[in-house]
Amino acid sequence: MPKAKLKEHKINRRWCKGCGICAHFCPKNVLEIDKDEKAVAARPEDCIACRLCELRCPDLAIEIITE
Amino acid sequence: MAIKDYIRERFFPQMWCPGCGHGIILNGLIKAVEELGLNKNDIVMVSGIGCSARISGYLDFHTMHTLHGRALAFATGIKMSRPELNVLVPMGDGDALAIGGNHFIHAARRNIDMTAIVMNNRVYGMTGGQYSPLSGYGTLATTAPYTNIDHPFDVVDLAVAVGATFVARSTTYHIRQLTDLIKKAITHKGFSVVEILSQCPTYYGRKNKEGNAYEMMELMKQTTTPVGSEAKKQNHDLIETGVFVETDKPEYCTEYDKIIERAKKDN
Repeated sequence: MPKAKLKEHKINRRWCKGCGICAHFCPKNVLEIDKDEKAVAARPEDCIACRLCELRCPDLAIEIITE
Repeated sequence: MAIKDYIRERFFPQMWCPGCGHGIILNGLIKAVEELGLNKNDIVMVSGIGCSARISGYLDFHTMHTLHGRALAFATGIKMSRPELNVLVPMGDGDALAIGGNHFIHAARRNIDMTAIVMNNRVYGMTGGQYSPLSGYGTLATTAPYTNIDHPFDVVDLAVAVGATFVARSTTYHIRQLTDLIKKAITHKGFSVVEILSQCPTYYGRKNKEGNAYEMMELMKQTTTPVGSEAKKQNHDLIETGVFVETDKPEYCTEYDKIIERAKKDN
């Protein structure tokens, strides 16, 4: 299977509670928690689309869209 | 189907605290159902009372939110009348093993085809952080300010002893394994138990100084090991994860159908 390429981090800011699980476990340090305590993709260019953030999000707030 | 097709979006954002492991179990469970390609109308989810039990409200299956500890009893009734449906029973540690302890052991003993998911966060979160039967000796809780003197038991050992035919354990850290084990448990014909270690940062984590949600998950990574590993022989305190039992035994509904046939012949 060819590696999926990231198109977008779709983050539902209304559902995100800013727990930081996504940012902490991101192997490429792509995500951050912003001043409103919501997850943001600060460095999307480093994303390898492993989907660990999407899979571990307790709030179902992250969706990785690939090309 | 996408995740949104399996949930009741009107109830989101969900009510669990930030970083609660139960949300990760919800996420993994949806993934498991999606990967198995199950029709959501063929699934019945029955839950009891507690933080864990709220999971049934978020999923767009047939769902029942029942009495504390009695989810397996309701589920048994559903399965007996409609054996073709997939019955999933998520329960908390207190719900499944304190209040519902008897239902748990006897449902397992009968080997009725359903999937019991024990969302073990070692505390009664919803009612304010009281210690549960799985909190463990020496832990702190709102009702054990000078440490808990109750000893815990091992859910996996108990499930094996009472005859569950599929027994597995995972954690919210091991998300891929969690999904994989739920898939295996749903597919298994017979009573399946999956214990999932989940974090309660609000009560268990705060009282026992285990840190925030991701620090508690890091701890799960450090304190677990795959079943049968060398590491377990070196360090007995490690908690094993993976599949412990996967056996075949006559299933309750199938056996009951045979009884009906036998009774008909006699008349």
